[in-house]
Amino acid sequence: MPTAAFDEGRVRTVLDADDVQRALTRIAHEILERNKGATGVVLLGIPTRGVPLARRLAERMAAVEGTAVPVGSLDVTMYRDDLRLKPARGLEHTELPESGVDGAVVVLVDDVLFSGRTIRAALDALGDLGRPTAVQLAVLVDRGHRELPIRADFVGKNLPTSTSETVRVTLEELDGHDGVVLAESDSAGEDERA
Amino acid sequence: MKHLLSAADLTRDDALLVLDTAQQLAQVADRPVKKLPTLRGRTVVNLFFEDSTRTRISFEAAAKRLSADVINFSAKGSSVSKGETLKDTALTLQAMGADAVVIRHGASGAPHTLAHSGWIEGSVVNAGDGTHEHPTQALLDAFTMRRHLGELHGRRVTIVGDVLHSRVARSNVLLLATLGAHVTVVAPPTLLPVGVEEWPCAFAYDLDEALPGSDVVMMLRVQRERMNAAFFPSAREYSRRYGLDRQRMDRLPEASIVMHPGPMNRGLEISAEVADHPRSVIVEQVTNGVSVRMAVLYLLLGGSESALGVTELAEVVA
Repeated sequence: MPTAAFDEGRVRTVLDADDVQRALTRIAHEILERNKGATGVVLLGIPTRGVPLARRLAERMAAVEGTAVPVGSLDVTMYRDDLRLKPARGLEHTELPESGVDGAVVVLVDDVLFSGRTIRAALDALGDLGRPTAVQLAVLVDRGHRELPIRADFVGKNLPTSTSETVRVTLEELDGHDGVVLAESDSAGEDERA
Repeated sequence: MKHLLSAADLTRDDALLVLDTAQQLAQVADRPVKKLPTLRGRTVVNLFFEDSTRTRISFEAAAKRLSADVINFSAKGSSVSKGETLKDTALTLQAMGADAVVIRHGASGAPHTLAHSGWIEGSVVNAGDGTHEHPTQALLDAFTMRRHLGELHGRRVTIVGDVLHSRVARSNVLLLATLGAHVTVVAPPTLLPVGVEEWPCAFAYDLDEALPGSDVVMMLRVQRERMNAAFFPSAREYSRRYGLDRQRMDRLPEASIVMHPGPMNRGLEISAEVADHPRSVIVEQVTNGVSVRMAVLYLLLGGSESALGVTELAEVVA
């Protein structure tokens, strides 16, 4: 999603590049602490921005533990409950690590947690791929307004928002720089990341 | 674009969207649960007026993997054999609430009639009409080529055999031209259609000249059921001049592949040795057919409106 289109006056930076780095480092440590190490942990990023976030978390965890942490991506498009409300769209890439997800602790990684519907879809998608021992959720930003009984286990930043606002996450890998901004949205509730 | 009637209706972007989507959907075949919930509650009717094994099974598997309900209708053993018209059959399907009708018909243009008659509201997918088109076959062929060769732009594809009666050849020529491949059709003069010089491809009569530069050789079935005139002197002569045997295959470039839409006449257009050779991707074509048909059904039915022909639509609106 382009970020340049926002009117300067109505955009507020919530996390700058350093904040994003620090938040990810903290989440990486929290995941290791909760699971008593990286053994049996698999990180799955939800496209688009969850995927580079998952890779970065895996790198940090590997640096601490000294062993590689399996990382992959999980496209949830075919499992979404709003498919029929919009024109059909192309699919993102799903790629599981060699070890699969059976018997693993899967940590789903996404950029923004909003209604919780994406995570609901991700849980369904995961169920068709195998049977993890446990599923946890890590998000960079939790903006509230949940529509389903879903919560994150690891949160970079709790961000109280109004539904008329849009949260935009930008990442080095995709957008050239890291950051999270909050913008007044012209079309309320248009934010597609949930 | 609500229907898929002709390979010519697909823009380059549409075709690439189908192929990319199919590539993601191909993974579903390797999973423990080979099913996606996407088309739950939708009904897909396979309406087959002509015999078919792989196309019907392929569409059925594709629809079922997307969780659609599938109704198979074949003309044999139905009211069609009692003289029911296409219109009445269509009205019956409409009354049953078909969201998509996959139609194979012996008459060229039957899917077009079905789509534009107003008899049914659902999407129509052409699964082969007479000697006209078979767009999903062209898509699965392009998908298979892409898997082996990468991007198709600038690739050389030689299509050999009964081009006159072949809907596979027509759809392939149109789609491959859209994708930027160079196609040459090779056949005896009697089996090339009138007006082939207007097609977006080259044509030739000598197979041995065309082979050395080909990345792909696609052999067409000699359609005995449509051979109501003497198109060539004898099967033996046809096989000698236009059949793909081991000697001919050895003249192909190293990385090239051999394709055939099936069903094969082993020993006529293709020798058994070539058909079973590692460079033959004929069995893989069947596997890929399911992924490509899943992509087509998903893109036509998965959302509030079709994802195909969007560029066209945008231009009209603008």
